[in-house]
Amino acid sequence: MWQAFVDWLVYGLLGLSAKSHPAAALNFFIYDTVKIFFLLAVIIFAVAIIRSFFPPEKTKQILSQFPETVGNVLAALLGIVTPFCSCSAVPLFIGFIEAGVPLGVTFSFLVSSPMVNEVALIMLWGLFGWQVALMYITSGVIIAIIGGMVIGRLKLEKYVEDYVYQIQMGSTEIPSPTWPERLNYAKGYVLEILHKVWPYVLVGIALGGLMHGYAPADLLTHIAGRSNPFAVPIAVLIGVPLYSNAAGVIPIVKVLMDKGMAIGTALSFMMAVTALSLPEGIILRKVLKPRLLGIFFGIVAIGIMLTGYLFNWIL
Amino acid sequence: MEIKVLGPGCANCQKLEKLTGEAMKELGMQDPLIKVSDMKEILGLGVMSLPALVIDGKVKFSGRVPSKDEIKKYLE
Repeated sequence: MWQAFVDWLVYGLLGLSAKSHPAAALNFFIYDTVKIFFLLAVIIFAVAIIRSFFPPEKTKQILSQFPETVGNVLAALLGIVTPFCSCSAVPLFIGFIEAGVPLGVTFSFLVSSPMVNEVALIMLWGLFGWQVALMYITSGVIIAIIGGMVIGRLKLEKYVEDYVYQIQMGSTEIPSPTWPERLNYAKGYVLEILHKVWPYVLVGIALGGLMHGYAPADLLTHIAGRSNPFAVPIAVLIGVPLYSNAAGVIPIVKVLMDKGMAIGTALSFMMAVTALSLPEGIILRKVLKPRLLGIFFGIVAIGIMLTGYLFNWIL
Repeated sequence: MEIKVLGPGCANCQKLEKLTGEAMKELGMQDPLIKVSDMKEILGLGVMSLPALVIDGKVKFSGRVPSKDEIKKYLE
């Protein structure tokens, strides 16, 4: 229905020819931007309401009651619903450790929480369909579970900064928000995210529209197709510095895929953008010694690359 | 009243500081606004998500920036 309206607007009202490249690019741009902004507003609102029921203090309590393995699975799942912003990464990490949550379980949470990120999911769903969004969530959760389990087995507790173990967590009763407060929080959260991502979404989709109309369809098949075994690691290396631009990167990934990039390579790239970020690394350096930080990045990078190869191979 | 804004200086923490400062001014409060970025103190208060507002040792909320009106409600 929305496509019919955009067709009417571009080809009917503006009188542009449906066969011309600029008209097709304009149609594509209007259709995708409005769809994405609509999805972002509605879904982020709903996500924020759900999140208001899962403060990290509650997540911590749940996770401290389970042994490893079950804990890794729960942590990866709770990572999806617990709000996470980079400014809370340090108190969250210390709070988990202090409550006796095993190190590996804490890492399952730290991998899943930023990677299975609602903005990325909405963009994937809106631009690629639910199958790709589902592939992304499932792989993200599995990488978080296994990555955390591996870190747990490696016994790396001594590579956590020593002061972390000396901190005593107070036990304050934090009042749960009332419904008007939840709604207000959700509204503020939607505005905050939209304010942060709108330029990236517009530029990303505009670039996507231009390339969609003008670049040949097999442009990237050779370099980023499944026949190039180096495409996945290169995609991960390029993805790491692009943090906070997930919203702008996904529309471009869509074009790259249209032009021949393989799906696994595309997924690896997007996961590297969301899960491995230099700013987050710098923040986590406050609680992790360099060696543990390196192992953490290394394990997640390997998990992401294996996922990329797996999807390139089976699809 | 002892009013503390907890946060390491991220964008949301600064926003909460600003709103709390404005709310206090509008209510004609003279008390100092104390900014806390020390993790030991933050966790000691039982807070894991930032920013947070603490009044007279009681955590009023954490992990969000409410409206100025809601902040005023806690200050009164």
